[in-house]
Amino acid sequence: MMMAYLALAAILFSIGMFGVLTRRNAIGILMSLELMFNSVNINLVTFNKFIGPDGLTGQIFAIFVVVVAAAEAIVGLAIVLLLYRNWRGIEIDHINIMKW
Amino acid sequence: MSEISNALALFYEFVIANPVFCLLAFITILSALYVVTLRNIFHCAIFLVLALFGVAGIYVLLGAEFLAAVQVLIYVGAIAILMIFAIMLTSHYSSQRISQNNEQTAVAIFTCAGFLLVSLGSFAYSVWRVRSIPLPENNTMTIGKLLMTDFVLPFEVVSIVLLAAMIGAIVLARRQGS
Repeated sequence: MMMAYLALAAILFSIGMFGVLTRRNAIGILMSLELMFNSVNINLVTFNKFIGPDGLTGQIFAIFVVVVAAAEAIVGLAIVLLLYRNWRGIEIDHINIMKW
Repeated sequence: MSEISNALALFYEFVIANPVFCLLAFITILSALYVVTLRNIFHCAIFLVLALFGVAGIYVLLGAEFLAAVQVLIYVGAIAILMIFAIMLTSHYSSQRISQNNEQTAVAIFTCAGFLLVSLGSFAYSVWRVRSIPLPENNTMTIGKLLMTDFVLPFEVVSIVLLAAMIGAIVLARRQGS
């Protein structure tokens, strides 16, 4: 049963990675990142249940991951709005001013 | 051929034995696929909400009720709504006429399939020391006590991180010169 949860998390992580690699829209990349965060959380909770069930360390770590994901979403969306205001577009492949 | 039919029989047995898990996993994976492939970015956000609900159901199955509630409150209630706000604010550039994917789709599929195969293989060939004792009773109460005793320092650090992120977002998104 544990393998099923781990496989689900791996599939979800791969889908999120595919989204991060292929999306042009910055908001699409942020949404794919949320999928990857969620798959990591599934892994943490699964290991908590099946390998270390005498504590709740995995679940608490998952809560911290949720908080950090919220902070990432806030800052990411602020940057997206700033890009929209200054470049009139949020296509990541057009924004290459930091490319060497 | 017999190996394939054996695997299929095992899969059917698994589906019959765990119907709730399979339904939730199916909903989650299907909505996640829609999130990364649909052209209309607004539909992607709606399917993201569905995927996050599916993950919340998985948490309930894993005995993490508090985390499921946190998932629904923070992810569905806050982050997804924030995404939809951002989509609406930038709606001109999120329309269906503009291609939402770049030209790297084939390479990305190759990379992700490789990652998936490697991780599934490493899971299958690992030896896990599974212990089948139940989780602590009163999930929420135990988490609250742990957050205020053993994990109080990380808890405070993560609060400061969240505060700094909020201030940073306000500073970033404020109009210049006002």
